[in-house]
Amino acid sequence: MHSHYLILGASHAALSAVAAIRMADTDNALTVVAKEPHLPYSPTVLPYVVSGRSDPARIALADEAWFGERKVDVLRGTGVAGVDPVLRRVRLADGRELFYDKLLVATGARPFVPPVPGLSALPFHVLRTLDDALALREAARGARRALVLGAGLIGSHAAENLAKAGLEVTVVEREPRMLPAYFDARAAAIIERRFAEHGVRVLTGATVRTAERAAEGCRLGVENGAGWEALEADLLVVGAGVVPATDFLAGTRMDGNRGIPVDDDMAAAEGIWAAGDCARVASFYGGPPVVGGILPDAVQQGRVAGQAMAGDPGRKPYAGAIPLNTYTFFGHQAVSVGVQDLPGAETHRCGDPAAGRDLKVVTRDGRLAGIFGIDWPFDGGVMWELILRRVDLAPVMDRFLADPQDTARTLMSKLWR
Amino acid sequence: MTAYSTLRFDAARCTGCGDCMTACAVAKTGSDDPGRSRLRVLPGNTPGTWEAAVCRQCGDPRCVSFCPAAALAKDPETGTVEWDGAKCVNCLLCTVGCAYAGIAFDAAAGHVAKCDHCGGNPACAAACGEGALEWMTTARIYNEVGQDEDLFVPGLAGCQGCNTEIVMRHAMRRIGPDCVLATPPGCVPGMGSVGYNGMTGTKVPVFHPLLTNAASMLAGVRRAHKRQGRDVLAVALAGDGGASDVGFQSLSGAAERGEEILFIVIDNEGYMNTGMQRSSCTPFGAWTSTTPVGERGRGKTQDAKNLPLIMVMHECDYVATASTAFMEDFYAKLDRAIAAARHGFAYLHVYSPCTTGWRFPAEKNIEVARRAVECNFVTLWEFTPEAGLRFTRDPDRPRPLADYLSALGKFRHLGADQVGHLERHLAENVKRLRGLAREPAAA
Repeated sequence: MHSHYLILGASHAALSAVAAIRMADTDNALTVVAKEPHLPYSPTVLPYVVSGRSDPARIALADEAWFGERKVDVLRGTGVAGVDPVLRRVRLADGRELFYDKLLVATGARPFVPPVPGLSALPFHVLRTLDDALALREAARGARRALVLGAGLIGSHAAENLAKAGLEVTVVEREPRMLPAYFDARAAAIIERRFAEHGVRVLTGATVRTAERAAEGCRLGVENGAGWEALEADLLVVGAGVVPATDFLAGTRMDGNRGIPVDDDMAAAEGIWAAGDCARVASFYGGPPVVGGILPDAVQQGRVAGQAMAGDPGRKPYAGAIPLNTYTFFGHQAVSVGVQDLPGAETHRCGDPAAGRDLKVVTRDGRLAGIFGIDWPFDGGVMWELILRRVDLAPVMDRFLADPQDTARTLMSKLWR
Repeated sequence: MTAYSTLRFDAARCTGCGDCMTACAVAKTGSDDPGRSRLRVLPGNTPGTWEAAVCRQCGDPRCVSFCPAAALAKDPETGTVEWDGAKCVNCLLCTVGCAYAGIAFDAAAGHVAKCDHCGGNPACAAACGEGALEWMTTARIYNEVGQDEDLFVPGLAGCQGCNTEIVMRHAMRRIGPDCVLATPPGCVPGMGSVGYNGMTGTKVPVFHPLLTNAASMLAGVRRAHKRQGRDVLAVALAGDGGASDVGFQSLSGAAERGEEILFIVIDNEGYMNTGMQRSSCTPFGAWTSTTPVGERGRGKTQDAKNLPLIMVMHECDYVATASTAFMEDFYAKLDRAIAAARHGFAYLHVYSPCTTGWRFPAEKNIEVARRAVECNFVTLWEFTPEAGLRFTRDPDRPRPLADYLSALGKFRHLGADQVGHLERHLAENVKRLRGLAREPAAA
């Protein structure tokens, strides 16, 4: 079987690429290979499936009709076994072979399981697929005490949901604070305090050294600055980050767990593009390339890749990854856009940590480099655009720091309305 | 594909009163706290100016792409990006996706909120007393005529950015196939509407009369069809030169006799097809190849003939002026002209900026057409013997004439005395029209 466009993966990056391709090319055959049998969904929604807030039957990002309108063939429920870039052939796990002219690898990521002795022999939960979420939701019903490894977004969401479900929850994080990728110590302290108020024990700067079975379920030996501690639980969740899901590229020069290196068209090799959590891209701020691993980037990269694959003359090169995310916890909102620090950057701080509100603004040469808020109103998307456009904030800096939301909106009206 | 109605914000008219925000908050939350509004009017960078932040209902909405829970979707019928509270997980990723601050967290409500156009009757626009917020229905034209057949072949050889081609295609789309079209010498046949090598460039019967006899030939065509019991519209697409100079005798005669003709003059202020010579519609001071600018010449030394007003004096069944920068107005007048041409002479004068002959960048055509109207260089009005003359766009408080003149190469050489002459002439023209107008201008 041959398809002009072949897309491996069916989440944000893949769907965004499908839309972009069909804007420029309505005719050539397009096939999407989805590993899971489900309709496409977002890994980001899974904590809400666990908590019961999202109905698993109503989370599909696209349905058969959506694909039908775009003349897309979807092969669901089959993984990828291998790619031959020379013959331009993909071998599927079920033995079928697909030939392509243009291939997009958008297979995302899989959970990273830390190399703790004994851990892999224990029953534990991860949270990357819908089946994972349904299993965790089921397991939480009968459990009493939960241990969550990792206080990134997945681990933190899981911990909150399990606590709300009535479990006694402990979170173990290797870094010295929660959500280290998105917030600094002062902001993380506010988040950690909310967790403590809701009865969640958060151990930061703590490393799991041993893992073994115990009467209740499992027992982990955790080392932190103060010493060792043994923690027992009947539910173990591993949320220690993800690695690109690109095993099927073994033997090609895109091999490896560090993401597929791509250029600013998301091109990885002759006839091959990559986007989303499996791609290694340039950082907007310079320095070594990064694997973004965030939903907004997956959408953006998928769009760039799709436009490049279809030869869309209106395409714009990928501007480089900017870390950004939103995090809601126990009814509070945290938004993180940009980087915490840069050489030569200035940090402006205001807020009221005691009341749980915080704002940090990082600028360099009068340009916004990052903005981080907890229960502080500003528009993440407008801030992102200010960073991307390198807008000079110097003339309005005082106003910006006093009222980032309205000042940025005024700038927006002038610059890109 | 359909085009949608949308909210338009005109910053120049906004006074920052905030009535729109209060109305939005009341309509959407029951509270009169403007802070709860989904539309935010903000002070601009210069004191006294205002800007608005509100959902643009994007065609390719990034908030929808960023939503992990499928809680946002663009309604294909209305074009509104709809939010489904039952699916929303409150993750706020949509707010990161929007570069326009169109969706934001409403702390009092405990979830994100965005403009939903109030189901097609937005409270904010209704509350705006300044006309700064408008519920725009311009796209209605596209919805109405977008599916109608274009009666010209795709590849006409007009200049880049040609306005006349726009006028031709829109007019014929509305007129429809039951017509006979006359295209006297000028840009209209010049760009290929009469065809090449025995093939016509139109999908309706078309003929190429002399400059002198378009109206009289059409009079015969209409009468002959009528005698055979056929309702075939007789239509001319003529240039201003052909109509106002060489062809004026037959035009005036047909109008005076009340022949049933729809006579559309596309006024690009000269003989642009044959080398940009002046016509009697060329305005004072304008450069043309026969009114050159040099050591002594400073452009045309006479004022333009006001051809549409001369047609009013013929007591035609319908006379109107139009511009492609005001398409709703153009289409409304086309409809009335088509109806009038079934019982008498209908005359439609459409101003058509010429990128080549007027010397301005091709992409500026509609902008030039708009400025011509906004500066009163061109006035929009219509006339019927029953209702008299009526402005369809208020000529009060025009933009400075310099905004128009400075956009065009053909006026680049004008001295202050020439600009002064033009200003006086235009003011006189508005005054004369106002004297003829029987009722106050439309808003």
